[in-house]
Amino acid sequence: MATVQAHTETKWWGGGKSPFNIEYGKLMMWYFLMSDAFTFGAFLISYGTIRFSQNYWPDPNEVFNAFPLAGHANLPLAFVSLMTFILIVSSVTMVLAVHAGHHNDKKGVIKWMIWTIIGGFAFLGCQAWEWTHLITGDHAALINGEIKNIGTTVTMNPWGPASSITGADGHLVNTTGPVAFGGYFFGITGFHGFHVFSGVMINIVMLIMTINGTFERRGHYLMIEKAGLYWHFVDLVWVFVFLCFYLI
Amino acid sequence: MEHSAQEVTVHHEPGGKEVVQKIIKTTVILSVITIIELGMGLAMYAWPMAEGLKLFLKGVIVILSLAKAFYIVGIFMHLGDELKNMIMTIVVPLLLFIWFIAAFLWDGNSWKTLRNTYNKPAVENVAPAAHGAGEKH
Repeated sequence: MATVQAHTETKWWGGGKSPFNIEYGKLMMWYFLMSDAFTFGAFLISYGTIRFSQNYWPDPNEVFNAFPLAGHANLPLAFVSLMTFILIVSSVTMVLAVHAGHHNDKKGVIKWMIWTIIGGFAFLGCQAWEWTHLITGDHAALINGEIKNIGTTVTMNPWGPASSITGADGHLVNTTGPVAFGGYFFGITGFHGFHVFSGVMINIVMLIMTINGTFERRGHYLMIEKAGLYWHFVDLVWVFVFLCFYLI
Repeated sequence: MEHSAQEVTVHHEPGGKEVVQKIIKTTVILSVITIIELGMGLAMYAWPMAEGLKLFLKGVIVILSLAKAFYIVGIFMHLGDELKNMIMTIVVPLLLFIWFIAAFLWDGNSWKTLRNTYNKPAVENVAPAAHGAGEKH
Protein backbone atom coordinates (compact mmCIF):
# COMPACT_ATOMS: atom_id res chain seq x y z
CA MET A 1 0.00 0.00 0.00
CA ALA A 2 3.04 2.21 -0.25
CA THR A 3 1.84 3.90 -3.45
CA VAL A 4 -1.39 5.06 -1.87
CA GLN A 5 -1.78 8.80 -1.35
CA ALA A 6 -4.18 10.47 1.01
CA HIS A 7 -6.32 13.24 -0.45
CA THR A 8 -5.74 15.82 2.22
CA GLU A 9 -3.68 18.90 2.76
CA THR A 10 -2.18 18.13 6.16
CA LYS A 11 -0.36 14.90 6.71
CA TRP A 12 -0.42 14.89 10.52
CA TRP A 13 -3.24 15.32 12.93
CA GLY A 14 -3.32 18.77 14.50
CA GLY A 15 -6.36 18.37 16.76
CA GLY A 16 -9.81 19.82 16.39
CA LYS A 17 -11.04 17.26 13.90
CA SER A 18 -11.35 13.53 13.44
CA PRO A 19 -7.72 12.28 13.39
CA PHE A 20 -8.34 9.69 10.69
CA ASN A 21 -10.96 11.79 8.93
CA ILE A 22 -13.29 8.82 9.04
CA GLU A 23 -16.61 8.24 10.73
CA TYR A 24 -16.51 6.33 14.03
CA GLY A 25 -18.67 3.38 12.93
CA LYS A 26 -16.72 2.93 9.73
CA LEU A 27 -13.40 2.89 11.59
CA MET A 28 -14.75 0.31 14.03
CA MET A 29 -15.98 -1.79 11.11
CA TRP A 30 -12.42 -1.76 9.76
CA TYR A 31 -11.02 -2.96 13.09
CA PHE A 32 -13.67 -5.65 13.35
CA LEU A 33 -12.79 -6.85 9.85
CA MET A 34 -9.10 -6.90 10.77
CA SER A 35 -9.86 -9.16 13.75
CA ASP A 36 -12.11 -11.33 11.56
CA ALA A 37 -9.21 -11.63 9.09
CA PHE A 38 -7.17 -13.14 11.92
CA THR A 39 -9.95 -15.60 12.72
CA PHE A 40 -10.13 -16.78 9.12
CA GLY A 41 -6.34 -16.67 8.90
CA ALA A 42 -6.03 -18.92 11.96
CA PHE A 43 -8.45 -21.45 10.43
CA LEU A 44 -6.68 -21.47 7.08
CA ILE A 45 -3.22 -21.70 8.65
CA SER A 46 -4.40 -24.59 10.83
CA TYR A 47 -5.60 -26.30 7.64
CA GLY A 48 -2.21 -25.64 6.05
CA THR A 49 -0.39 -27.11 9.06
CA ILE A 50 -2.36 -30.35 8.92
CA ARG A 51 -2.01 -30.54 5.14
CA PHE A 52 1.76 -30.11 5.42
CA SER A 53 1.87 -32.87 8.02
CA GLN A 54 0.25 -35.44 5.69
CA ASN A 55 2.01 -37.65 3.17
CA TYR A 56 -1.01 -37.55 0.90
CA TRP A 57 -3.63 -34.90 0.22
CA PRO A 58 -6.52 -35.15 -2.30
CA ASP A 59 -6.23 -33.24 -5.59
CA PRO A 60 -9.01 -30.60 -5.67
CA ASN A 61 -9.40 -31.12 -9.43
CA GLU A 62 -10.58 -34.66 -8.72
CA VAL A 63 -12.85 -33.84 -5.78
CA PHE A 64 -14.56 -30.75 -7.19
CA ASN A 65 -15.40 -31.79 -10.73
CA ALA A 66 -19.22 -31.89 -10.72
CA PHE A 67 -21.67 -29.38 -12.14
CA PRO A 68 -25.46 -29.27 -11.60
CA LEU A 69 -27.40 -31.16 -14.28
CA ALA A 70 -24.15 -32.27 -15.95
CA GLY A 71 -24.37 -35.82 -14.60
CA HIS A 72 -21.00 -37.52 -14.28
CA ALA A 73 -19.19 -35.22 -16.70
CA ASN A 74 -15.66 -34.44 -15.53
CA LEU A 75 -15.63 -30.64 -15.20
CA PRO A 76 -12.89 -29.79 -12.71
CA LEU A 77 -13.28 -26.43 -10.94
CA ALA A 78 -16.11 -25.32 -13.28
CA PHE A 79 -18.76 -24.91 -10.58
CA VAL A 80 -16.49 -23.19 -8.08
CA SER A 81 -15.44 -20.76 -10.85
CA LEU A 82 -19.09 -19.88 -11.28
CA MET A 83 -19.40 -19.32 -7.51
CA THR A 84 -16.30 -17.10 -7.57
CA PHE A 85 -17.68 -14.97 -10.38
CA ILE A 86 -21.06 -14.65 -8.66
CA LEU A 87 -19.29 -13.29 -5.59
CA ILE A 88 -17.07 -10.91 -7.59
CA VAL A 89 -20.11 -9.55 -9.46
CA SER A 90 -22.09 -9.08 -6.24
CA SER A 91 -19.07 -7.21 -4.86
CA VAL A 92 -19.15 -4.91 -7.90
CA THR A 93 -22.88 -4.21 -7.49
CA MET A 94 -22.16 -3.40 -3.83
CA VAL A 95 -19.50 -0.83 -4.84
CA LEU A 96 -22.04 0.70 -7.20
CA ALA A 97 -24.59 0.88 -4.35
CA VAL A 98 -22.00 2.66 -2.16
CA HIS A 99 -21.21 4.96 -5.07
CA ALA A 100 -24.90 5.79 -5.54
CA GLY A 101 -25.05 6.48 -1.79
CA HIS A 102 -22.27 9.05 -2.10
CA HIS A 103 -24.48 10.96 -4.51
CA ASN A 104 -27.58 10.54 -2.30
CA ASP A 105 -29.17 8.65 -5.19
CA LYS A 106 -31.85 6.67 -3.36
CA LYS A 107 -33.11 4.82 -6.47
CA GLY A 108 -29.57 3.80 -7.41
CA VAL A 109 -28.88 2.47 -3.92
CA ILE A 110 -32.11 0.43 -3.97
CA LYS A 111 -31.37 -1.01 -7.41
CA TRP A 112 -27.79 -2.06 -6.64
CA MET A 113 -28.62 -3.37 -3.16
CA ILE A 114 -31.27 -5.64 -4.69
CA TRP A 115 -28.70 -7.02 -7.17
CA THR A 116 -26.18 -7.55 -4.37
CA ILE A 117 -28.75 -9.46 -2.31
CA ILE A 118 -29.63 -11.63 -5.32
CA GLY A 119 -25.91 -12.37 -5.82
CA GLY A 120 -25.57 -13.35 -2.17
CA PHE A 121 -28.50 -15.76 -2.33
CA ALA A 122 -27.17 -17.23 -5.61
CA PHE A 123 -23.82 -17.92 -3.93
CA LEU A 124 -25.50 -19.54 -0.92
CA GLY A 125 -27.60 -21.71 -3.24
CA CYS A 126 -24.48 -22.85 -5.09
CA GLN A 127 -22.76 -23.69 -1.82
CA ALA A 128 -25.78 -25.68 -0.65
CA TRP A 129 -25.68 -27.69 -3.87
CA GLU A 130 -21.95 -28.31 -3.58
CA TRP A 131 -22.18 -29.48 0.03
CA THR A 132 -25.11 -31.77 -0.78
CA HIS A 133 -23.25 -33.23 -3.73
CA LEU A 134 -20.13 -33.92 -1.65
CA ILE A 135 -21.97 -35.40 1.32
CA THR A 136 -24.40 -37.58 -0.61
CA GLY A 137 -22.11 -38.44 -3.53
CA ASP A 138 -21.08 -42.10 -3.58
CA HIS A 139 -17.44 -42.85 -4.28
CA ALA A 140 -15.92 -46.28 -4.13
CA ALA A 141 -13.22 -46.56 -1.48
CA LEU A 142 -11.31 -49.51 -0.07
CA ILE A 143 -12.06 -49.83 3.66
CA ASN A 144 -10.54 -52.81 5.53
CA GLY A 145 -10.20 -54.76 2.29
CA GLU A 146 -13.79 -54.13 1.22
CA ILE A 147 -15.01 -51.75 -1.48
CA LYS A 148 -17.61 -49.40 -0.01
CA ASN A 149 -19.38 -46.39 -1.50
CA ILE A 150 -19.01 -43.37 0.78
CA GLY A 151 -19.47 -39.61 0.52
CA THR A 152 -17.16 -36.84 1.70
CA THR A 153 -18.05 -35.83 5.27
CA VAL A 154 -16.24 -34.73 8.41
CA THR A 155 -15.61 -38.40 9.27
CA MET A 156 -15.15 -39.97 5.81
CA ASN A 157 -12.90 -39.21 2.87
CA PRO A 158 -12.96 -41.45 -0.21
CA TRP A 159 -10.23 -39.42 -1.97
CA GLY A 160 -7.15 -41.27 -0.77
CA PRO A 161 -4.26 -42.70 -2.77
CA ALA A 162 -5.05 -45.44 -5.32
CA SER A 163 -5.00 -49.05 -4.10
CA SER A 164 -3.95 -52.02 -6.22
CA ILE A 165 -7.54 -53.31 -6.59
CA THR A 166 -9.58 -52.63 -9.73
CA GLY A 167 -13.17 -51.52 -9.22
CA ALA A 168 -16.32 -52.14 -11.25
CA ASP A 169 -15.58 -49.23 -13.60
CA GLY A 170 -12.14 -50.56 -14.51
CA HIS A 171 -10.21 -47.96 -12.48
CA LEU A 172 -8.11 -48.63 -9.43
CA VAL A 173 -10.17 -48.11 -6.28
CA ASN A 174 -9.00 -45.37 -3.86
CA THR A 175 -8.08 -46.05 -0.31
CA THR A 176 -9.51 -43.59 2.22
CA GLY A 177 -7.75 -40.24 2.49
CA PRO A 178 -7.06 -37.98 5.48
CA VAL A 179 -10.26 -37.34 7.46
CA ALA A 180 -9.13 -33.75 8.12
CA PHE A 181 -9.89 -32.91 4.48
CA GLY A 182 -13.68 -32.93 5.00
CA GLY A 183 -13.45 -31.38 8.46
CA TYR A 184 -11.49 -28.38 7.24
CA PHE A 185 -13.44 -28.04 4.01
CA PHE A 186 -16.87 -28.00 5.67
CA GLY A 187 -15.61 -26.05 8.67
CA ILE A 188 -14.00 -23.20 6.76
CA THR A 189 -16.41 -22.96 3.81
CA GLY A 190 -19.21 -23.23 6.37
CA PHE A 191 -17.80 -20.35 8.42
CA HIS A 192 -17.45 -18.34 5.23
CA GLY A 193 -20.98 -19.28 4.17
CA PHE A 194 -22.21 -18.09 7.56
CA HIS A 195 -20.54 -14.75 6.86
CA VAL A 196 -22.22 -14.59 3.45
CA PHE A 197 -25.57 -15.37 5.08
CA SER A 198 -25.20 -12.69 7.74
CA GLY A 199 -23.99 -10.28 5.04
CA VAL A 200 -27.15 -10.91 3.02
CA MET A 201 -29.26 -10.32 6.14
CA ILE A 202 -27.42 -7.02 6.84
CA ASN A 203 -27.92 -6.00 3.20
CA ILE A 204 -31.65 -6.74 3.42
CA VAL A 205 -31.93 -4.55 6.53
CA MET A 206 -30.02 -1.78 4.70
CA LEU A 207 -32.37 -2.14 1.71
CA ILE A 208 -35.45 -1.81 3.92
CA MET A 209 -33.97 1.22 5.69
CA THR A 210 -33.18 2.81 2.30
CA ILE A 211 -36.70 2.17 0.99
CA ASN A 212 -38.14 3.66 4.19
CA GLY A 213 -36.07 6.79 3.59
CA THR A 214 -34.09 6.50 6.84
CA PHE A 215 -30.81 7.45 5.19
CA GLU A 216 -32.44 10.14 3.08
CA ARG A 217 -33.66 11.86 6.28
CA ARG A 218 -30.25 11.35 7.88
CA GLY A 219 -28.63 13.10 4.91
CA HIS A 220 -25.97 10.47 4.23
CA TYR A 221 -25.66 6.80 3.28
CA LEU A 222 -22.72 5.90 5.56
CA MET A 223 -24.55 2.77 6.75
CA ILE A 224 -24.46 1.47 3.17
CA GLU A 225 -20.69 2.03 3.19
CA LYS A 226 -20.31 0.03 6.40
CA ALA A 227 -22.45 -2.83 5.08
CA GLY A 228 -20.38 -2.60 1.90
CA LEU A 229 -17.12 -3.01 3.83
CA TYR A 230 -18.47 -6.19 5.41
CA TRP A 231 -19.69 -7.53 2.06
CA HIS A 232 -16.36 -6.88 0.33
CA PHE A 233 -14.58 -8.59 3.19
CA VAL A 234 -16.67 -11.70 2.53
CA ASP A 235 -15.49 -11.57 -1.09
CA LEU A 236 -11.92 -11.02 0.10
CA VAL A 237 -12.03 -14.09 2.32
CA TRP A 238 -13.41 -16.15 -0.56
CA VAL A 239 -10.29 -15.24 -2.59
CA PHE A 240 -8.23 -17.10 0.01
CA VAL A 241 -10.69 -19.95 0.58
CA PHE A 242 -10.76 -20.45 -3.20
CA LEU A 243 -6.95 -20.37 -3.23
CA CYS A 244 -6.41 -22.81 -0.37
CA PHE A 245 -9.11 -25.39 -1.10
CA TYR A 246 -9.57 -25.37 -4.85
CA LEU A 247 -6.48 -24.03 -6.60
CA ILE A 248 -3.41 -25.29 -4.80
CA MET B 1 -21.19 12.11 22.09
CA GLU B 2 -22.62 12.10 18.64
CA HIS B 3 -20.85 10.40 15.81
CA SER B 4 -22.24 11.95 12.71
CA ALA B 5 -21.05 12.63 9.20
CA GLN B 6 -19.95 16.09 10.37
CA GLU B 7 -16.75 14.76 11.83
CA VAL B 8 -15.72 13.72 8.34
CA THR B 9 -14.28 16.93 6.98
CA VAL B 10 -12.94 15.76 3.63
CA HIS B 11 -15.06 13.82 1.18
CA HIS B 12 -13.10 11.15 -0.59
CA GLU B 13 -15.33 10.65 -3.59
CA PRO B 14 -14.40 12.62 -6.72
CA GLY B 15 -16.73 12.97 -9.71
CA GLY B 16 -19.12 10.24 -10.82
CA LYS B 17 -17.85 9.00 -14.18
CA GLU B 18 -14.21 8.42 -13.15
CA VAL B 19 -15.29 6.34 -10.17
CA VAL B 20 -17.50 4.08 -12.27
CA GLN B 21 -14.68 3.67 -14.79
CA LYS B 22 -12.31 2.76 -11.97
CA ILE B 23 -14.81 0.17 -10.70
CA ILE B 24 -15.18 -1.36 -14.17
CA LYS B 25 -11.40 -1.45 -14.62
CA THR B 26 -10.95 -3.20 -11.26
CA THR B 27 -13.68 -5.71 -12.13
CA VAL B 28 -11.89 -6.58 -15.37
CA ILE B 29 -8.56 -6.95 -13.56
CA LEU B 30 -10.10 -9.24 -10.91
CA SER B 31 -11.82 -11.39 -13.55
CA VAL B 32 -8.70 -11.71 -15.70
CA ILE B 33 -6.55 -12.70 -12.69
CA THR B 34 -9.17 -15.30 -11.68
CA ILE B 35 -9.19 -16.77 -15.19
CA ILE B 36 -5.38 -16.96 -15.24
CA GLU B 37 -5.43 -18.68 -11.82
CA LEU B 38 -8.00 -21.21 -13.04
CA GLY B 39 -5.98 -21.85 -16.19
CA MET B 40 -2.90 -22.59 -14.10
CA GLY B 41 -4.88 -24.80 -11.70
CA LEU B 42 -6.29 -26.81 -14.60
CA ALA B 43 -2.88 -27.01 -16.32
CA MET B 44 -1.48 -28.71 -13.22
CA TYR B 45 -4.27 -31.29 -13.56
CA ALA B 46 -4.25 -31.74 -17.34
CA TRP B 47 -0.53 -32.16 -17.96
CA PRO B 48 1.87 -34.24 -15.92
CA MET B 49 4.66 -32.01 -14.66
CA ALA B 50 7.62 -32.08 -12.32
CA GLU B 51 6.92 -31.35 -8.62
CA GLY B 52 9.23 -28.33 -8.77
CA LEU B 53 7.28 -26.76 -11.62
CA LYS B 54 4.00 -27.46 -9.81
CA LEU B 55 5.31 -25.75 -6.71
CA PHE B 56 6.38 -22.77 -8.82
CA LEU B 57 2.90 -22.50 -10.40
CA LYS B 58 1.29 -22.71 -6.96
CA GLY B 59 3.57 -19.90 -5.79
CA VAL B 60 2.49 -17.76 -8.74
CA ILE B 61 -1.18 -18.46 -7.95
CA VAL B 62 -0.62 -17.34 -4.33
CA ILE B 63 0.97 -14.08 -5.53
CA LEU B 64 -1.91 -13.49 -7.97
CA SER B 65 -4.40 -14.02 -5.12
CA LEU B 66 -2.56 -11.42 -3.05
CA ALA B 67 -2.86 -9.03 -6.00
CA LYS B 68 -6.63 -9.68 -6.03
CA ALA B 69 -6.80 -8.98 -2.31
CA PHE B 70 -4.90 -5.71 -2.89
CA TYR B 71 -7.43 -4.58 -5.51
CA ILE B 72 -10.48 -5.56 -3.44
CA VAL B 73 -9.22 -3.80 -0.31
CA GLY B 74 -7.66 -0.81 -2.05
CA ILE B 75 -10.35 -0.01 -4.64
CA PHE B 76 -13.62 -1.71 -3.66
CA MET B 77 -13.24 -1.05 0.06
CA HIS B 78 -11.70 2.40 -0.64
CA LEU B 79 -8.89 1.81 1.86
CA GLY B 80 -6.54 3.44 -0.64
CA ASP B 81 -8.50 6.70 -0.25
CA GLU B 82 -8.08 6.89 3.53
CA LEU B 83 -5.38 8.74 5.43
CA LYS B 84 -2.02 6.99 5.52
CA ASN B 85 -2.01 6.73 9.32
CA MET B 86 -5.38 4.99 9.27
CA ILE B 87 -4.21 2.57 6.57
CA MET B 88 -1.18 1.69 8.69
CA THR B 89 -3.30 0.81 11.74
CA ILE B 90 -4.96 -1.86 9.56
CA VAL B 91 -1.99 -3.07 7.52
CA VAL B 92 0.79 -3.19 10.11
CA PRO B 93 -0.96 -5.70 12.45
CA LEU B 94 -1.54 -7.96 9.44
CA LEU B 95 2.24 -8.33 9.11
CA LEU B 96 1.88 -10.83 11.97
CA PHE B 97 0.68 -13.25 9.30
CA ILE B 98 4.22 -13.54 7.93
CA TRP B 99 5.38 -15.21 11.13
CA PHE B 100 2.06 -17.00 11.60
CA ILE B 101 2.16 -18.74 8.21
CA ALA B 102 5.89 -19.53 8.19
CA ALA B 103 5.97 -20.93 11.73
CA PHE B 104 2.91 -23.16 11.43
CA LEU B 105 3.64 -24.60 8.00
CA TRP B 106 7.14 -25.36 9.24
CA ASP B 107 5.57 -27.09 12.23
CA GLY B 108 3.30 -29.19 10.00
CA ASN B 109 6.24 -30.25 7.89
CA SER B 110 8.13 -31.20 11.04
CA TRP B 111 5.25 -33.44 12.18
CA LYS B 112 5.36 -35.22 8.85
CA THR B 113 9.10 -35.80 9.10
CA LEU B 114 8.86 -37.05 12.69
CA ARG B 115 5.96 -39.37 11.89
CA ASN B 116 7.70 -40.79 8.85
CA THR B 117 10.86 -41.33 10.86
CA TYR B 118 9.43 -42.87 14.04
CA ASN B 119 6.07 -44.33 12.97
CA LYS B 120 6.96 -46.58 10.04
CA PRO B 121 3.58 -48.35 9.59
CA ALA B 122 1.92 -45.01 8.89
CA VAL B 123 4.29 -44.58 5.95
CA GLU B 124 3.76 -48.06 4.57
CA ASN B 125 -0.01 -47.67 4.61
CA VAL B 126 0.23 -44.87 2.11
CA ALA B 127 0.85 -45.99 -1.46
CA PRO B 128 3.52 -43.88 -3.14
CA ALA B 129 1.63 -43.53 -6.45
CA ALA B 130 -0.74 -40.57 -6.24
CA HIS B 131 -4.34 -41.11 -7.23
CA GLY B 132 -4.86 -40.06 -10.79
CA ALA B 133 -1.21 -40.41 -11.74
CA GLY B 134 -1.90 -43.13 -14.26
CA GLU B 135 -5.59 -42.76 -15.01
CA LYS B 136 -8.07 -40.35 -16.49
CA HIS B 137 -11.75 -40.33 -15.72
